[in-house]
Amino acid sequence: MTAEIGTAAGKNLIKPYTMNFGPQHPAAHGVLRLVMEMDGEVVERCDPHIGLLHRGTEKLIEYKTYVQAVPYFDRLDYVSPMCQEHAFALGVEKLLGIQAPRRGQFIRVLFAEISRILNHLLSITTGALDVGAITPSLWAFEQREILMEFHERVCGARLHANYFRPGGVHQDMPAGLADDIWAFTERFPAFLDDIDELLTGNRIFKQRTVDIGIATDQQALDWGFTGPMLRASTIAWDLRKAQPYDVYGEMDFDIPVGKTGDCYARYLVRMEEIRQSLRIVRQCLESMPDGPVKVQDRKVAPPPRAEMKRSMEALIHHFKLYTEGYHVPAGETYAAVEAPKGEFAVYLIADGSNKPYRCKIRAPGFAHLQALNALSQGHMLADAVAIIGSMDIVFGEIDR
Amino acid sequence: MISQALADLRDYLSQALAADVTAAELVNDELTIRVQRQAIVKVLTFLRDDPPCQFGMLVDLCGVDWPDRENRFDIVYHLLSLEQNQRLRVKVAADEESVVPSVASVFSCAGWFERECWDLFGIYFADHPDLRRLLTDYGFDGHPLRKDFPLTGFVEVRYDDEEKRVVYEPVKLTQEFRSFDFLSPWEGMTKVMLPGDEKARGPLTGSDVA
Repeated sequence: MTAEIGTAAGKNLIKPYTMNFGPQHPAAHGVLRLVMEMDGEVVERCDPHIGLLHRGTEKLIEYKTYVQAVPYFDRLDYVSPMCQEHAFALGVEKLLGIQAPRRGQFIRVLFAEISRILNHLLSITTGALDVGAITPSLWAFEQREILMEFHERVCGARLHANYFRPGGVHQDMPAGLADDIWAFTERFPAFLDDIDELLTGNRIFKQRTVDIGIATDQQALDWGFTGPMLRASTIAWDLRKAQPYDVYGEMDFDIPVGKTGDCYARYLVRMEEIRQSLRIVRQCLESMPDGPVKVQDRKVAPPPRAEMKRSMEALIHHFKLYTEGYHVPAGETYAAVEAPKGEFAVYLIADGSNKPYRCKIRAPGFAHLQALNALSQGHMLADAVAIIGSMDIVFGEIDR
Repeated sequence: MISQALADLRDYLSQALAADVTAAELVNDELTIRVQRQAIVKVLTFLRDDPPCQFGMLVDLCGVDWPDRENRFDIVYHLLSLEQNQRLRVKVAADEESVVPSVASVFSCAGWFERECWDLFGIYFADHPDLRRLLTDYGFDGHPLRKDFPLTGFVEVRYDDEEKRVVYEPVKLTQEFRSFDFLSPWEGMTKVMLPGDEKARGPLTGSDVA
């Protein structure tokens, strides 16, 4: 058959047509609407329409005190809530000129890494689901449930943690939690091997991901990729190593780097990051010191409840903190953390009052999704789905 | 050590870009330079390609609204250099009418950041490949992150069962929007007249006493 596609001279003229993908599509990872111009099955142009989950978080935060702003960060990337609170806490701490006590920093790093495992488990397995593998996601959700139980035990909530506060963490870990997390780190590698076995050498999985959506290192920089997306494109860059915050500087871990920049490399990077996170979790548990978990300045961190029952001053402090809040000195800062999806940052402008003047949230997924057009051009429609899956898109953070 | 490297960078940029940089300050180990609006493309290209800088990534671009200023908007560019492991903040001032040159030709990722900035602040970017609204609803009116845009917005949506479609209506608040002023806690008590206050004022006025 000699069909000259797309030329007027050809007999079988195929007109490029526009296709609407989403916003209620299970492979769109939330409320993504893609307007795709297709040439048959091949994507010619794809225009993501985002904002369907826009809640005006940045505007809302401008009307809330600093402590009231923390829960909004759980609702951005709801798959890795604590990592985002981390960025906000670090930013406010920098403006206040305080530092969380060591035990608080260790707990933060511990739970930031647990969040990373949680996030990558979801990302890898739903990405695999998009290309046809159902089993991994069913298995991973069982493990995620165990991890979310740790979240629940430490802060009372499975998802919306509100746990990392400016000045430390809200409360200390309950007794026995450290032992249970340790036991988990002993069991978990066997599960990772299972997932490895299901996916890494799987012929169908490789057919769907290898050489799909390749981003070169130059492209990755140009499009502002961070996190696993950047590392999969041969660039060894991790904020935990390059600009360490809290106690990451003391941790011993490796940065996995992909060689090919395709969907498969992103999968491999995430798999290895889970194993490295486990190492960090173990080191945190081994070397966690005793002591307070939040700064002992009562003008920033509330007093313990028992003290409030006896001390008038503690009661006043509590009341003032939860109504007026603390006033942050005027200034601006850009606080970035290595969230599971990439560089999550908060650009915070304080004007000396108890509310942020401006709080710009830099979401990694925003930059990644923007490159979808560049990455999926010339690929098949089904490959676009694989690319979206490998980007680890969560709309809470993209739409804000 | 970090601040020393940034101080060197500040001095270097003040010299290399003397014509375009209007201010450079190093606060909290963070370097901020202010740049002429028309020179932003040139400056970012320089920062990206110049060997001592190598700010290869535009991490973030956002607007900030300062309604009291003559140029009410700041456009803030956050740059990251992987080679030097440094960050740089570049600021450009603009007002509602001014046109900011788009940097999407320098960094591809600026495309959406600028669209978001246009959407939420109404800052117009010239030579942008595709300057549409990004986050707000199709057909949205106004620029919500401006300080004079109310938090509650102007319209609310609901599904109308009779018309079988989503309808837009003016916002109806069952309770007035509360915004507490914590900066001057006693101000609220100065204008209140409690019963008996009029006696204190009495027939005597300031001039009578004198």
